[in-house]
Amino acid sequence: MEAVYALAIGVLAGSGVWLLLRPRTFQVLMGLVLLSYATNLFIFGMGRLVIDRPPIIAAGAPGYADPVPQALVLTAIVIGFGTTALFLVLLLALRALTGTDHVDGREPRR
Amino acid sequence: MSFLLTHLPVLPIVLPLLAGVLMLFLGEPRRGPRIALALASTGLQLATGASLLFLTSDAAPFIWTEGIGVYAFGGWPAPFGIVLVVDRLAAVMVTLGAVLALATLVYSIARWDRPGQPFHTLFQFLLVGMNGAFLTGDLFNLFVFIEVLLAASYGLVLRGTGTDRVRSGFHYVAVNLVASAMFLIGVAVVYGAAGTLNLADLARRLPALVASDRILFDVGAAILGIAFLVKAGSWPLNFWLPGTYAVALPPVGAVFAMLTKVGVYALLRVGTLVSGDVAAASMVGQALFYFGIATLLAGTTGMLAAQHLARLVSYTVVVSTGTLLAALGLGIEALTAPVLFYLITSVLTTSTFFMLTGMTDRTRPGSAAGARDQELPEPAVAGTPFYMAFGVREPDPYGTEAEVGFAIPRAIAFLGLAFVSCVLLVTGLPPLPGFIAKFALLSTAIAAAPAAGVTTASWVLAGAVIASGFAGIVALTRVGIRLFWTVTARTTPRLLVGEAAPVAVLVLLCVGLAVLAAPVLGYLESAAASIHAPQGYMLAVLGPAPAPGGSP
Repeated sequence: MEAVYALAIGVLAGSGVWLLLRPRTFQVLMGLVLLSYATNLFIFGMGRLVIDRPPIIAAGAPGYADPVPQALVLTAIVIGFGTTALFLVLLLALRALTGTDHVDGREPRR
Repeated sequence: MSFLLTHLPVLPIVLPLLAGVLMLFLGEPRRGPRIALALASTGLQLATGASLLFLTSDAAPFIWTEGIGVYAFGGWPAPFGIVLVVDRLAAVMVTLGAVLALATLVYSIARWDRPGQPFHTLFQFLLVGMNGAFLTGDLFNLFVFIEVLLAASYGLVLRGTGTDRVRSGFHYVAVNLVASAMFLIGVAVVYGAAGTLNLADLARRLPALVASDRILFDVGAAILGIAFLVKAGSWPLNFWLPGTYAVALPPVGAVFAMLTKVGVYALLRVGTLVSGDVAAASMVGQALFYFGIATLLAGTTGMLAAQHLARLVSYTVVVSTGTLLAALGLGIEALTAPVLFYLITSVLTTSTFFMLTGMTDRTRPGSAAGARDQELPEPAVAGTPFYMAFGVREPDPYGTEAEVGFAIPRAIAFLGLAFVSCVLLVTGLPPLPGFIAKFALLSTAIAAAPAAGVTTASWVLAGAVIASGFAGIVALTRVGIRLFWTVTARTTPRLLVGEAAPVAVLVLLCVGLAVLAAPVLGYLESAAASIHAPQGYMLAVLGPAPAPGGSP
């Protein structure tokens, strides 16, 4: 499970970084989204991967799943969602103002 | 009274939060109550900051042990609940932020705050994030407050119209979102390695970490350090900064002068706590010095190349960040107090300078700003103006609405005097405190260098700081001559008291800082001593350490 999980984070982060470095605004947006997915999964993984455990210390349970990273991920998702929405608005405004979807607001000279 | 005393540390966060939320219920026409609310909230923050300064000082040792106040949210004790921690450094930063906020607020009310509902609300939320970042004692909470701060700053930087602003804003948001992702990854690694996010608990658990966890922890700290360096505007991660600050509205630029210092503060705070016995801010270690020098040089080059005053002032922000990082990177403990003094003066100065640009811009005859009596130019680009997307009328700071308030006489003389004071402050010429700050910085660095074994680095720092000051004189003189002495076709701007007064007050405050340099530096030295002895911080937050060999 750990290997699959790590691979998933790696693929997401790699694709995110690659998209982030592309010149079109929508690609940058998708890159940021993928990167934040990777980050959230990573935080989750840092609480150690365990299955079938309660998130609190309960009598009779064989152990517990660390609840702190779950709380952190929840906060990070909310913040990431908000900022991504803002970024999307900004992207549309830039497109409307400049007439191009290049991140610098103008097409590169050929 | 004791109720107020208990809850004093949380006031700088609760006050602007309440004020900001209440403003949402005041519709756009109700400007008076909104301004009153904003002024009351910011003024109370200043009062709170001043009381925190007093409570953490030696004058009141009986209230908080070691001058460190701890506020546990919901009464949950420290390693489990989130705490706010007020020590001297935090008190200084909160007070500085409140002074700046009050000045900027008064300045913005004169002309820049229409439509005011989004402006004042965002401004208060910015203060929530800023004060929270200074006060929090928890790493993840620091992330949340910095995000609050950034979210408000995204809104503020986009105020006004124009393609430039949207483009720079786009870059600003993108860079900061990536930095936030880095921050989160760093936080996660630190948690995975150390098992806690409370700063004091981290500092206490650190020596007991096994070697494999310690490596992981160092990696996490390094990633965090990179995130802080982006926020601080360190080279090569600062190309977003001059463009964004230069196109933001002047009051926004003025309050942003503080934002980069939040990054420096985080570096200093987390660095001194987690590095324990090692010297200051060794989170990024020796590299910090080189980053600082590179930032300093990049800022200096930018200053010489800049054509517009606002852009030049943005580069002085870069220069001040570079100076701070390089000085911290030397790792000399005695340097922390002069560094803090330099931080205070540079924040006040750049902020004043940004406000000044809003006024000098209006002397340019061709500029939209100069054309107050003419028809306002429509947004140059056809298509949808940015603000249409939100159904809000564009802010019109140059006054088709009737101006409220009185104009001051001899506007050009005032502008000239203020400009000269700012130049003296930025470049570090006597008699203003810019000189005292740089002198204290360099003399301490050189005096302490042989003992700390960083002689060459100290001289490099001295050379770079003096060279950047010289370049600043050259660049600012050139801009000053163009602004004030090439008189043809300049319009004399009409300055309102509300705009001129904050600039005058901040300059006078700087003069006061020069006169009272000794007590201020004395206080900062005690603040520096307190952050370099994290045992006091841990004791205040967590109570006495358990006996070694106890449960992990």
